[in-house]
Amino acid sequence: MSETKYTQEHEWIRVEGDVGTVGITDYAQGQLGDVVYVELPAVGKAVKQGGDMAVVESVKAASEVYAPVSGEVVAVNDELTGAPETVNADANGKGWFVKIKLGDKAQLDALMDDAAYKKFVADLG
Amino acid sequence: MSDAATPDTLLRTSLHALHVSLGAKMVPFAGYDMPVQYPQGILGEHLHCRAQAGLFDVSHMGQVRLTGPDAAKALETLVPGDLQALKVGEIRYTLFTNERGGILDDLMVTNAGDHLFVVVNAACKVQDVAHMKAKLPASIKVEELTDRALLALQGPAAATVMARFAPDAVKLRFMTAAAMKIQGVDCFVTRSGYTGEDGFEISVPNDKAEALAKALLAESEVKPIGLGARDTLRLEAGLCLYGHDIDETTTPIEAGLAWAIGKRRREEGGFPGANMILAHLKGGAPRRRVGLKPEGRAPARDHTEIHDDGERRLGEITSGGFGPTVGGPIAMGYVESAYAKPGTTVNLIVRGVARPATVVAMPFNPTNYYKP
Repeated sequence: MSETKYTQEHEWIRVEGDVGTVGITDYAQGQLGDVVYVELPAVGKAVKQGGDMAVVESVKAASEVYAPVSGEVVAVNDELTGAPETVNADANGKGWFVKIKLGDKAQLDALMDDAAYKKFVADLG
Repeated sequence: MSDAATPDTLLRTSLHALHVSLGAKMVPFAGYDMPVQYPQGILGEHLHCRAQAGLFDVSHMGQVRLTGPDAAKALETLVPGDLQALKVGEIRYTLFTNERGGILDDLMVTNAGDHLFVVVNAACKVQDVAHMKAKLPASIKVEELTDRALLALQGPAAATVMARFAPDAVKLRFMTAAAMKIQGVDCFVTRSGYTGEDGFEISVPNDKAEALAKALLAESEVKPIGLGARDTLRLEAGLCLYGHDIDETTTPIEAGLAWAIGKRRREEGGFPGANMILAHLKGGAPRRRVGLKPEGRAPARDHTEIHDDGERRLGEITSGGFGPTVGGPIAMGYVESAYAKPGTTVNLIVRGVARPATVVAMPFNPTNYYKP
């Protein structure tokens, strides 16, 4: 089982080989509320760690989703286009956003592991 | 939280403790700590209100009593509505206008017999009360009813529920009102609301509000609804939100509210900005508030620019988001009048990309008012 890493912006990334699957955390979906629209990047797009990657919109507002690592988008979850509520139902699984081919695996070292992210969220109150 | 107001300085309605106990997410709104949603979430709350009945705390709004000789005639000097025509128990939607024909606030005025009962927006109530005190003759007493809460019960089952508490309430037709006892408490009930549904607003003393809210919530049809769903419900109903869809720079004609200007008032004038407003009424306004249906699923939010087929700016969205009952994005905004006809196609500039949308008639969801 590959390790999941987290950003302070509440994205998760799970790396297998040199490809990471990326989504937003369950905490993030809870804060957003009902997701009604997800805008995904084009396959082939180059993304930069911390840069814009996707947009997720709840009934209330639009939020940016940032790339947890730099690399190339190699797949997007097209199911979210027709069923954006999947992000609420299964943020850590079926609600994934994109797969990124990592440019530099060392970037993962800057991200939080499961325990650190849990503490990070708990400290947010 | 960039808001200057902190939870300590925010005002609380008399239902604050109830909201917290129901698990509401509280946010600052118009100086009050208010429930934006309950655990059910905005989408579920919205759909519940359309299907059954929802209870809203709107106690942050201003309730004002105007007493004195010819109060309706006096108030007409500040608004374009025909208030003198109101029979006892009738309600009128009207607008405080400024000298340029802009809108200072929108309000409901009820002829309550021995006084006028006025309900104004929370964010405007301080200015509105000062405005009335400054502009109305000294013979008119302007009293803000700070000792009263305001509950809204809205939805197709609202009348069924109200019948169990106040049989007199269900005899009211849309836009009428009456004083009555509910559970032994003196209340003032209007058949009105801000959702497009049948429903009631109940003015109740602060110290009795929580008991009444709990009693209504104990009915199987009723669930609490926060400000988030209140906004999506009113948007689907095509109703204006002050500060977004109407403000000091929009005239009632631009806003599509000509229906709120009585026939006699059109002939006589005598309200602030009458020259500008009546000129717009006669010659047409340069821009109009319209409904917009974006193609696809991407919502277009407030301040999204509206362009023609080229790159010319026609105006901007003033309220935009997702309509849960519509099942897709909806918006309203202002466009040059030549583009205001339903069926006209325009472009909405969302995150730098032009996305097509169509001008549509409002409401987005059919209204369900009680007009026997």
